[in-house]
Amino acid sequence: MSLLEVKDLSIRYADSAKPVVQNLSFSIEAGQSLGMVGESGAGKTQTAMAVMGLLPANAITSGSIRFDGQEFLGAAPDVLNRYRACRIAMVFQDPLTALNPYVRIGDQLRRILLEHKICKPPEARERTLVMLQRVGLPDAERQYGVFPHELSGGMRQRAMIGAALLGEPDLLVADEPTTALDVTVQAQILGLLRELRSQSNSALFLITHDLGVVAGNCDRILMMDNGRLLEEGPAKEIFAAPSNERTAKLIAAARRIDMPTKTSPLPDGEAPIVEVDNLSVSFRERYGSGKRQLHAVWPLSFKVAPRETLAIVGESGSGKTSLVKAILGLIPMRSGTVSYAGKKLPGLVQSRPNNIRRQLQMVFQDPVASLNPAMRVADIVAEPIIIHEPKKKKAEREQDVSKMLRHVGLGMELRERFPHELSGGQAQRVAIARALVIRPKVLICDEAVAALDGTIQGDILQLLQAEQADSGLSLIFITHDLSVVRQISHRVLVLYMGRVCEIATNEQIFKRPLHPYTKALIQSVPVPDPNAKPDDVPLAGEVSSILNPPAGCPFHPRCEYAVARCSEQVPALQSVVGGSVACHRANELDLSY
Amino acid sequence: MLRYALLRIFGAIPTLLLVIALAFLMVHAAPGGPFDAERVLPPEIEENIARAYHLDESLPQQFIRYLGGLVRGDFGPSYRYRDYSVSELIGNALPVSMQLGVLAMLLAIVAGVAAGLTAALSKNSFIDRLVTGIAMTGISVPVFVVAPVMVLVFAVYLQWLPASWTGGTSISRLILPVVALALPQIAYIARLTRASMIGVLSSDYVRTARSQGLRTISIIRYHALKPAMLPLLSYMGPAIAGILTGSVVVEEIFGIPGIGQFFIRGALNRDYTLVLGIVIFYATLLILLNLVVDLLYGILDPRIRGR
Ligand SMILES: Nc1ncnc2c1ncn2[C@@H]1O[C@H](COP(=O)(O)OP(=O)(O)OP(=O)(O)O)[C@@H](O)[C@H]1O
Ligand code: SF4
Ligand SMILES: [Mg+2]
Repeated sequence: MSLLEVKDLSIRYADSAKPVVQNLSFSIEAGQSLGMVGESGAGKTQTAMAVMGLLPANAITSGSIRFDGQEFLGAAPDVLNRYRACRIAMVFQDPLTALNPYVRIGDQLRRILLEHKICKPPEARERTLVMLQRVGLPDAERQYGVFPHELSGGMRQRAMIGAALLGEPDLLVADEPTTALDVTVQAQILGLLRELRSQSNSALFLITHDLGVVAGNCDRILMMDNGRLLEEGPAKEIFAAPSNERTAKLIAAARRIDMPTKTSPLPDGEAPIVEVDNLSVSFRERYGSGKRQLHAVWPLSFKVAPRETLAIVGESGSGKTSLVKAILGLIPMRSGTVSYAGKKLPGLVQSRPNNIRRQLQMVFQDPVASLNPAMRVADIVAEPIIIHEPKKKKAEREQDVSKMLRHVGLGMELRERFPHELSGGQAQRVAIARALVIRPKVLICDEAVAALDGTIQGDILQLLQAEQADSGLSLIFITHDLSVVRQISHRVLVLYMGRVCEIATNEQIFKRPLHPYTKALIQSVPVPDPNAKPDDVPLAGEVSSILNPPAGCPFHPRCEYAVARCSEQVPALQSVVGGSVACHRANELDLSY
Repeated sequence: MLRYALLRIFGAIPTLLLVIALAFLMVHAAPGGPFDAERVLPPEIEENIARAYHLDESLPQQFIRYLGGLVRGDFGPSYRYRDYSVSELIGNALPVSMQLGVLAMLLAIVAGVAAGLTAALSKNSFIDRLVTGIAMTGISVPVFVVAPVMVLVFAVYLQWLPASWTGGTSISRLILPVVALALPQIAYIARLTRASMIGVLSSDYVRTARSQGLRTISIIRYHALKPAMLPLLSYMGPAIAGILTGSVVVEEIFGIPGIGQFFIRGALNRDYTLVLGIVIFYATLLILLNLVVDLLYGILDPRIRGR
């Protein structure tokens, strides 16, 4: 008998005709790991909720879910409660909302032990402390007493995993456990899950949209699309020879960091279109009882050539967004200048001439939130024309809008829709159309594809590259996704705590990184290839507090190559062939792999 | 936290000054004077009265003099109750009003929270609809309608309770006024508690707790109660204000010799200093209580506490 046996599961909501999960059957054996992969809306979370007995009251289900012989579908809450925590437990996607913000971390864990009478109160505290230590909260005594918001995202997810493992379950259900985290932290959490499973031999049901994550962590894979099972089988077989056409497409769409870049080469020696010189950004923050300067970006310089894509990468909090906001003049810079086509620009956007403003456009991460909810698609796209080309005739304007919408692949039927009536991908296309309709020379994208599915991401990236080939657009592309960087950028700027670690060509960054942080970032990206098993965690620890930056090289507390000098002296950015790097040991280390 | 508390306390001073100034101006802008109703007096006597009460001074001068008194806790003499100062009048009436207000507030919280929680836990059931329906009525029907109806039913027809203050024992005479005063607040609090509990119960962290096999009772106790009660705490400010204003009406209807009744008498008699004194006293009380609520919120919500 399988540990978990799902048969003909269908889930439907009374208010919609189409089932969200249809005739799904699969099973998980004791100790096995099954990865469920699919794009947004495939029904992955719904399946997980059904397995945990957590579907909302208005969900209509049929079929059967048996855990160790016990039917879960329609079981009474106290029957389910006997299994939860001790036999089956769950880790949720967003540990900030999934942990109670009003209850101390330790108390949330301890409550599980007490509720299931696993042990007496004094022992419960002991066991909680031991668990916190096991999941990598080393200062367990202190971290027992903190509230979730006082921990970083990675630490919160560790606590969440600790909570799930307290009852020593036979099956761990994890729904996108690392999607909200940085790549380096994702690698840590996945490493932690592997390590804990090797100690306890519990089964894993891992749900994700990222084929890279399942490839390294699951024996078997289950591909879902639109509520239906596409195919299921051993991971190696599915990756090597998918039998389903749609699966093949999804696997092909998974960008791989180890594949060559798709950018067209740049002509040499063109004058830069954007030049950032010595730019820095700081904020005044309350700290204890006084105020102090918080340096979001330390003085840095770079240039962007026409038709070039410069990618800016770094973990969250590295200063990426502050940097581009300062370039656009949306926040004041502390020092430095921004030049456009050789001319220095005033610091703030209000004092920049209109004809220059139109040349620098921006696309944001959250497409729906960045569009005016009260305007229709056609009006949203027409608005920049009205502002920047007020003399244009209405008919001409309409024509421009239609052309642009067609250009970004949006059908005429979407013209009259409001933003909330669009899918994420469609909304992002509208945002791009709005930015491109006045033919800017430079487009800045801040995590512009982060919220989108793999295949839609691919479409949007293609669209941007086509636009670049056509009109000579320059792109400054902020992202935490290195496979995107690999695919579309010419050069890459790696930021860490507001300082440049390395600027170099795409080829050099990915083949011969010179900075230890660059290498760690690249190695943290999960590769969608089940034969490339990840064994260790490339980068331990977390970014230091920006309020209290370490002396010397900001990366030294986490750097495996650090020497005494690293904690004393900030490394200067030195030029090398194909770029620059800021590391004391750049000349002696060989980081190629 | 201490810094924040001190900042808030000093921040309240300008608000209070503004309230005093506005009340002072408004009372002085009202037509007619306190001694108009009496028979016509010879001008010399009128002048004497005016001088005795400093009515001959300019408005700014009067204001400064008044502020000076306030600092010493002196609201000036009453124009009507000539043997008493306003402070004495408020002091005498305060215990009765306090008793009424505190009891009504307690009743509102206990009954409102109980009704709201019951409704939230049986969402969409008959009980839920009943509570929501009654609460809706409680909010929309004003006190001056509810109170007479209650008197009619419980005092006149059923004769269970006295109709007015003078007719009953020290406990029985309190019941109708306290209930009348609490009713709208019970309704508000019930609705608020219901909405906030339903919100908390559908939150991600309660889902997590359910996935951990906690029974509903444990979820409420250890995960949901505190976050669900926090919005209630922020409603305490408006609730106190509601009880204060409500007490003016209720005291008049039931003939209770409290501050509210003095306020109405004062207004009808153009007893400037009395009206002014009560307005300022209530305003100060409200500002103080709101401050306490804010500080409590800061202590109870861990996400605010750290700042
Ligand atoms: N309470 C609900 N009522 C009606 N439909 C719902 C409800 N919850 C989810 N759905 C629908 O069920 C479908 C599957 O949703 P589900 O959350 O399982 O997708 P998913 O595969 O987890 O996607 P993602 O990768 O975005 O998390 C979606 O079309 C969603 O809109
Ligand atoms: S300077 Fe030192 S600490 Fe910094 S990256 Fe180089 S080796 Fe590591
Ligand atoms: Mg999901």
